[in-house]
Amino acid sequence: MTGSRLDPWVDSYAERTHGMAASEIRALFSVASRPEVVSLAGGMPFVQALPLEQIAETVKNLLLERGAQALQYGSGQGDVVLREQILDVMHDVGVVAHPDDIVVTTGSQMALDLVTRVFCDPGDVILVEAPSYVGALGVFRAYQCGVEHVTMDDEGLVPAALSEAIVRVRASGRRIKMLYTIPSFHNPAGVSQGAQRRLEILAIAQQAGILVLEDDPYGLLGFDGAVPRAMRADDANGVIYLGSFSKTIASGLRVGWAVAPHGVREKLVLAAESAVLCPSNFAQLTISEYLSTQPWRQQVKVFRELYRDRRDALLESLQAMMPEGTTWTIPAGGFYSWLTLPNGLDATAMLPRAIAALVAYVPGTGFYVDGQGRQNLRLSYCYPEPDRIREGVRRLAAVVEGELELANTFGTTSGLHPTGGSSMPAPDLR
Amino acid sequence: MQVVVLAGGLSPERDVSLRSGRRVAKALRAATDFEVIESDVDTTLLARLRAQAPDCVIPVLHGAAGEDGALRDVLHSLNIPFVGSIAAACRLAFDKPVAKTLLTNAGVSTPAAVALPHSTFRELGASEVLAAVLDAVGLPLIVKPTKGGSALGAALVHEAAQFPAAMVGSFAYSDVALMESWVQGVEVAVSVLDTPTGPQTLPLAEIVPMGQIYDYTARYTAGTTEFFVPARLSADVAQRCADVALTAHKALGLRDWSRTDLIVDAAGTPWFLEVNVAPGMTETSLFPQSLAAAELSLGEITAQLVRTAINRG
Repeated sequence: MTGSRLDPWVDSYAERTHGMAASEIRALFSVASRPEVVSLAGGMPFVQALPLEQIAETVKNLLLERGAQALQYGSGQGDVVLREQILDVMHDVGVVAHPDDIVVTTGSQMALDLVTRVFCDPGDVILVEAPSYVGALGVFRAYQCGVEHVTMDDEGLVPAALSEAIVRVRASGRRIKMLYTIPSFHNPAGVSQGAQRRLEILAIAQQAGILVLEDDPYGLLGFDGAVPRAMRADDANGVIYLGSFSKTIASGLRVGWAVAPHGVREKLVLAAESAVLCPSNFAQLTISEYLSTQPWRQQVKVFRELYRDRRDALLESLQAMMPEGTTWTIPAGGFYSWLTLPNGLDATAMLPRAIAALVAYVPGTGFYVDGQGRQNLRLSYCYPEPDRIREGVRRLAAVVEGELELANTFGTTSGLHPTGGSSMPAPDLR
Repeated sequence: MQVVVLAGGLSPERDVSLRSGRRVAKALRAATDFEVIESDVDTTLLARLRAQAPDCVIPVLHGAAGEDGALRDVLHSLNIPFVGSIAAACRLAFDKPVAKTLLTNAGVSTPAAVALPHSTFRELGASEVLAAVLDAVGLPLIVKPTKGGSALGAALVHEAAQFPAAMVGSFAYSDVALMESWVQGVEVAVSVLDTPTGPQTLPLAEIVPMGQIYDYTARYTAGTTEFFVPARLSADVAQRCADVALTAHKALGLRDWSRTDLIVDAAGTPWFLEVNVAPGMTETSLFPQSLAAAELSLGEITAQLVRTAINRG
């Protein structure tokens, strides 16, 4: 006798769907969307700071003047005028390219997906930082890639550790396809690679014949005004560069891009056409119109200053309130700080208690594929106002104090919770 | 007629509740011409309820506030009819040790258990207390929060070394943990529905999770658990399970609907685990499966309960 599993296709799913399941952590994140909760969890840009009236005017003009184009299919590679404008945007991070080198995508997340699709067979290895962007790990997992974490320090990926990882993986008979890195204002670690370190990493990758996938959504959001030079600026053939308007203009428009060497770009365009035919023409032309009619660099400056104030509120509160033994990174840009709890504490096990105390964060384990990160959590300061950040840290500090007491009582704070299911927050998590 | 479906709230089961609420609201709209409003529970709720003056409220809230009776006390104070058990009954059912005690007194078997707050471990020393609990309850045992559902914070302990971590996991959700002997057997859920002739059980649901326990992932990921409705039990054992659920429903003073979770051991004895006053109504939940097996419509049954609630005022 056979029962019902409530899904007639349960035996038909591809192996890559393994792990796509409901999870306790995702359930807890659903509470974080409530206004009572100070969410230091999500990575939503503060789009309220955009000049919405001007954007409304931009969209209105676009529809009135080029509506038929905006609402029509477009090129699989992306609008050519926008690609030229992207060159101007990338000028600030030192990237010099040709419009034909660019593939416009539905957010840089799609570019990440396309690059992985084009390069990776199941079992191929991708080297990533430890920790790494949870959305990238999800893509790599979906393509059944092996993921090897490489140690970071306060200046990002450690070159010696990269060399060791290459030797180790190759000695095990596995094939390394690329190094995925976020060199500027890392998500989740909040650190940046120095200029010299970027060159060292590029040299190691070149020497080993490993492609570098450089993800740079935060590059223009440095708080001291200096914009880090992209790795792609120093290696046009060995680096695929991913850029995004999600953090500098509007995440809801979903416009990102990849800059790739000629041969790679051809494949990315074909892969993009098979995936979505073309990126949204409406969204691309809106961005294009915005770039050509609005003082976008001034707006990026507004964002930088706003995020710097919030970063300062976070760091000052952490310094004033967190229990001894807690450490955190000091981001010079971007959205995140990476916090390490006192020894013995477990950020995943602590999350329900934090949610009950009306503060949310993302536990560190989501940024690893191998169970590391239990003692870590990612704090995001991009969305809440400074006073809310201070209140959130006050609540978090009390939760950590309670957890220390629990550790004293039981000698552990690692729960026996089931770990199945996705720990990736939904994109609209505040 | 205007009906408000309350779902969401601040409990860790918020997402489950929202899904349950949407399903109930959709079923009710399909079966009736009621004006059905879905509403979250927040600081604006009472003002909205006063302004809307609905004919009836259906609390589909899981976890505290929704199931501990507090919100129902508020609805009662506002003189708004609602579907489901009254606050006093909810308080008894939501607290697992209290419910177990009352059911034991009513002659129902329930696994040996100890419920202790975190402070007891701090004051008396965790290792000493855990050793005493192990002596009393034995292994394997399951640790779970005394208040809460969806198996959040629940963990199975096979060996003593796992015990502290399981306690920590439970205390993350509630200040009091229930440490209960793990009974090997068939997991069964018995849904109870009040009818004009008294409470009736629906076809029993047998739960066969792919993993060791029916945890959060197994509950809410279609395909990870196999269900048999009606359960593959002999008529005699099925009747005993139904009797336990009816006893729970009556002994705790429950109203309209409830779902009792049991384990049936190898000898055919049903062991009471807990009873839910706001049974899950999601796509993978047990109450709707039992309704479907009885060829009953969730919308029509809910509409009947709404009319009953309005009539009793």
